[in-house]
Amino acid sequence: MVVAERKPIKEILAMMADYKKILLVGCKGCVTVCCAGGTKEVGILASALRIAKKKEGKPFEVIEKTLERQCDPEYIEQVAPIVEGEGVEAILSMACSVGPQYLAKRYNVPVYPALNTTFIGGSLEHGVWAEFCQACGNCIIHYFGGICPIARCSKSLLNGPCGGSAGGKCEVSPEIDCAWHLIYERMKALGKLDELTKIFPIKDWSTSRDGGPRKVVREDMKL
Amino acid sequence: MHSESDTSPRILAFCCMYCAYAAADAAGSLRLSYSPSVEIVLVPCSGRVSILDILRALEHGADGVLVAGCEEGSCHFSTGNFRAKKRVEYVCKLLEEIGIEPERVQMHHVSASQGVRFREIVQKVTDEISRLGVINWNKKY
Repeated sequence: MVVAERKPIKEILAMMADYKKILLVGCKGCVTVCCAGGTKEVGILASALRIAKKKEGKPFEVIEKTLERQCDPEYIEQVAPIVEGEGVEAILSMACSVGPQYLAKRYNVPVYPALNTTFIGGSLEHGVWAEFCQACGNCIIHYFGGICPIARCSKSLLNGPCGGSAGGKCEVSPEIDCAWHLIYERMKALGKLDELTKIFPIKDWSTSRDGGPRKVVREDMKL
Repeated sequence: MHSESDTSPRILAFCCMYCAYAAADAAGSLRLSYSPSVEIVLVPCSGRVSILDILRALEHGADGVLVAGCEEGSCHFSTGNFRAKKRVEYVCKLLEEIGIEPERVQMHHVSASQGVRFREIVQKVTDEISRLGVINWNKKY
């Protein structure tokens, strides 16, 4: 999933400084799963904003709405009656950064992001998420025992480990597992250690961001 | 929760039915009086109290919120009181960010038989919140 976290309230309040009525839009996709922008988080942020504005003595109305997804135009369309019919001055999106971009494209009101989109990852335990993918566009994890050296090695080394690996941890932080230690252990368990003696060639990064914004086209799906 | 002219703080107390609510009952049976500023809401466990419940209470007129759960290690649902504690900490941090005194939201532990302790907790929370006064909403509009 795309993992995100809420911006500091003060930063959001600064964005909302000039508005009296806003639409706060959540997303039931990834950001609900990582507890950053689902219905519950929309309620909490809306309440916190109302309290903060009431404290400042400024009138402030928040309309709360959580969409199925904010990365598909048909769902973005669902808030049209609110945006166009209820005098909303701005939209605050609690989706990953795709959501506010879709909202900004569709509606002629200022759109603000309430979240910082952080990475593509998964949960390690309740309340803890970690990065697992860097969307390089050419998956090679099968060469490394199912562990991505691009996203999980601090240096994205394809021929590791480096000298900073100690006791299974990365020199960047004792909190970070050395991906190459994990790869070694995994390949050992799989009986494939000999594969690690081969030098992995330089990666072709043309599928990554080198060619600018990427696009996936499925001709069979197009209408 | 209270009228515009009312200057005494109002406190909403979320009381777990297995401990604090029973303790409030015990206080009543013992004829112990405590501050009428406190309004009790019965919850099945302090872990049932969400961040939003606390924020909404403040938003709609409470000047303070007390979450009263079981003693550590004796939650009927094992970890509900620990969850409540973490949520209260989250709310306190959030309140600090938006300029509201975090002391307005407090978590306390009490067991079912402790009527006297319940009164002490209520008195302590009431005193602290009274010192802070009602939330100073800027009524410019």
